[in-house]
Amino acid sequence: MSATSDLDLVPAIATRREDALSGLEKLVSKGLGWARKYSLFQYPFVTACCGMEFMAVAAARYDLDRFGAALPRFSPRQADLLMVVGTVNVKQAPILRRVYDSMADPKWVVAFGVCASSGGFYDNYATVQGIDRIIPVDVYIPGCPPRPEQVLDGIILLQQKIQDQPHKLIDRQKPASPAKE
Amino acid sequence: MSKDTQTSVPSVPAAASPLDAPFPAKRLLVNLGPSHPAMHGTVRAVVELDGEAVHSMKLDIGFLHRGFEKSCENVTWTQVFPYTDRLNYVSSIMNNVGYALAVEKLAGLQVPERAQYLRVVTSELHRMCDHLTLISAMGLELGAMTVLIYGMEARDLIWDRLTELCGARLTSNYARVGGVSRDVPPGWNEKVLRTLDRAEELRVEIDRLLTRNRIVIDRTRGTGVMSREDAIDYGFTGPCLRASGVPYDVRKASPYLVYDRLDFDVPVGTNGDNFDRYLMRMEEMKQSDRIVRQCFDQMQPGAIAADDSRYVLPPKPEVYGSIEGAMAHFKIIMEGIKVPAGEAYAYVEAANGELGFYAVSDGSGRPYKLGVRAPGWNMLMALPQMMEGKLLADLIPTFDTINMIGGEVEQ
Amino acid sequence: MSQAALQRLKERFPDAVTGTYTGPGGDDVALVRKESIEPVCKFLKDDPELAFDMAPYITAVDYAGPEPRFDLVYQMYSTKKNHRLRLRVAVPESDPVVRSVTPLWKGANWYERYCWDMYGIRFEGHPDMRRLYMYEEFVGHPLRKDYSLRGRQPLIPERQVDEPFRGPGPSGG
Repeated sequence: MSATSDLDLVPAIATRREDALSGLEKLVSKGLGWARKYSLFQYPFVTACCGMEFMAVAAARYDLDRFGAALPRFSPRQADLLMVVGTVNVKQAPILRRVYDSMADPKWVVAFGVCASSGGFYDNYATVQGIDRIIPVDVYIPGCPPRPEQVLDGIILLQQKIQDQPHKLIDRQKPASPAKE
Repeated sequence: MSKDTQTSVPSVPAAASPLDAPFPAKRLLVNLGPSHPAMHGTVRAVVELDGEAVHSMKLDIGFLHRGFEKSCENVTWTQVFPYTDRLNYVSSIMNNVGYALAVEKLAGLQVPERAQYLRVVTSELHRMCDHLTLISAMGLELGAMTVLIYGMEARDLIWDRLTELCGARLTSNYARVGGVSRDVPPGWNEKVLRTLDRAEELRVEIDRLLTRNRIVIDRTRGTGVMSREDAIDYGFTGPCLRASGVPYDVRKASPYLVYDRLDFDVPVGTNGDNFDRYLMRMEEMKQSDRIVRQCFDQMQPGAIAADDSRYVLPPKPEVYGSIEGAMAHFKIIMEGIKVPAGEAYAYVEAANGELGFYAVSDGSGRPYKLGVRAPGWNMLMALPQMMEGKLLADLIPTFDTINMIGGEVEQ
Repeated sequence: MSQAALQRLKERFPDAVTGTYTGPGGDDVALVRKESIEPVCKFLKDDPELAFDMAPYITAVDYAGPEPRFDLVYQMYSTKKNHRLRLRVAVPESDPVVRSVTPLWKGANWYERYCWDMYGIRFEGHPDMRRLYMYEEFVGHPLRKDYSLRGRQPLIPERQVDEPFRGPGPSGG
C-alpha cells in the first residue's frame, strides 16, 4: 500500500529536527488548526445522487453553516476542502485530478458517498473504483447516499484531523506532491 | 430586455484616428466545464460567444456514465432495482415502478390493488420532491436563495415520510416485481396528510416569492422557447412538452396502475418558454397533492404483492414452515426470477416526461438487455437549438427548467 | 395496441416488412429489412393515418449468436393518434451500417450516436457520428456481449489497490 499524504503524519516523538515543534510552535499549530478547521471553504465537486444529500446537508435543517463550512467556493483556487460528491467515472477522472492540482495548500479531500470512496456498486468499465486511486483522501463518508447526520459526523472527524495536524506559520517544506507513486 | 441576435460584426466606416476605430472582434470559445455549479450533474458545454450572445453551443456528455445497462445484465432481475433508483435520483420510485411494470408485462403478472395504490402514492410524493428540487435549484441560480431553503425543508419533510416507509430518503428501492416491498407503518396516512399540508404552506410561500417576481419573469419569460412542432420532433415529453402546448400525459393517454380511477388535471402551457415550464411544475405539485389525498380515500387493506411464488418472495412463515416456501425463496434469491423470454417496453409518466424501460429477457434469471428511454435526453439534445442566438445568461434558467438529471441522461 | 397501423404498414411495404407479431402485453412489432428503414420511417411519419410524429426511442440489442447479430429497435409513438409501434431491424455484424433517420426526426440524433458508441452500429447520413458517452480514446464498444464488464481503460494513471471483494458478474479487465 502506498503512503498517505504527508500532512497526515503527526509524529508522537519527533526524532528529526525539522519535525520537532517547540512549545510556541505547538501553540501556533493549535491556533492555526482551530482557525482552519472552523473555516472550511468547500469546493463541491458534485456529480450524482449524493448531490441531493449535499443540498440537504447545506440547507436549513442539517445545517453545515454551524460548522463553518457553509460557503462553497466555485473556484478551486479559493477552496481548501474538496468534497467529491458522487460517482467519478473514467472520463471525469482527469478533471478531478486537475481540480485537485489547482487547489492551493493546505487542502483536504472528503470522499462523500460510496461511489467516491470505492466505486460503489458500479464495478464496471466506466467507473473509477474510488477516488483514492487518483487523489489522496482524508475522510471517507460511506453511504448511498449517506444520511446527513453521517455527513456531519464526517465533517467533525475531518475537523479533528485538521486540529491534530502540524500547522506552521511559515511552511518551508515543499508541499507533498500528490500521489505520484 | 433586448435580445441581441447579431451573429456577425457590423462593418463600420474607417475612423479618423486609430484610437476611434472599433476593435476587431472574434468569437470567444468558453468551456462551461464538467465541474460547474450551474451544470447540474456533469455536462460540458462548449459555447461560442459573440459578446454576450451565444452563437453556437456544443454539448459533451458522458461524465457520469456509470454503465447502468452493462451492470444490469450481470445481476438478477430483482437486483436491478437499486440500479434503477439511481437513474433519476430525485424521483427514484418512479424509476422503480417503470422497471417493475416492464418486467410484469413480460411475465404477465397482475399486481394487487393495494400495491398499485401504494405505487401511485409514493410516485406522486417523489414527483413532488422532484419538482421541489427543480424549483429550489432554479430559485438559487436566479438569485433567490431563500427559495432553496424552503424547498429543501419541504423536500426533507416528504423524505421523512418516505424513510418511514421505504427505509431510505433518496434511493428508495421500494417497488418489487409483483408489488411493493413493504406495507405502510401504522398511522402513516395521517402523517402524510399533515406533511402535505405543511408542504403546501411552503409551496405557497415559494409561489409568492417567485411567480410574480419581476426578476424571475424577466429572466424566464421568452427565454428557452421551443415551438410545438420542434418539441415533438425532438421527442420532448412531460412538463416541457406540455409547456409547448401539447397535452400529452401518459397518465391520461394510456393510464397505468390506478390512474384511471383518480381525478386530476394536467396543466398545459402556451409559450414553451422557461416560465411556462416552471408554472407547469408548480401546478403539477398541486395535482400530485390531490392525487395522494384521493388515493388515501380509495385505498383498501389487502395484499401488497402478487401471490405467485415464481416471482414474489413467499411470506416468511411459509419460508420457514414449508418445503415449497423454502425452495421458492431459494430459487428466487440464488438464481433470480425466471422471466419468460421476449421483449417488452413499459412506460410511466416520470416527473420529467415519459420514462420507458425496454426489457429483453432470454428466460434466465438475469436481464438480457435493459434499455432506458430517459426523458431528459431529448430536452438536453434540444438545448443548443434553444440557446442559439440568445444571451449567455439565458442558459441558466433554460438549463434549470429542462430538468436534466445526470443519472438518467448518462445512465 | 395498433393493429390497424401494422396492417397499413404491411400493405404499403410488403417486401420490406418481413414479419409482424404482437408481443407480451400487447406491443405491436414489425420486423423491417435494414435497407428499407428510411422509406418505412418516412411513411410512418408522413402518413396522416399513422402520423408517428414523435422522435423514436432507438436502441440496439446484441444477440451474440448467429448472424444477424444486432437488433436495432425503434419504439415509435404518435401524439396525434396515441398509438405505438415497434420496429425491429436485423443488423449483421459484417455490415453494421444503417441509414440514419435523423433527417426525419431531430430527436433521433443522440440515440443513433449511442448505438454507435455502445454497439458499433454506424449510421449513414448522420450529421455528427461520434461517440456519445465514452471518451474518444476508448477502444471498443462496451455494450457488446464480448466486451468484459470490468474492462476499464483509464485515462490517467491510477494507483493499484488490492481488491478483496468482487461484485457479481464475470471478472476481467
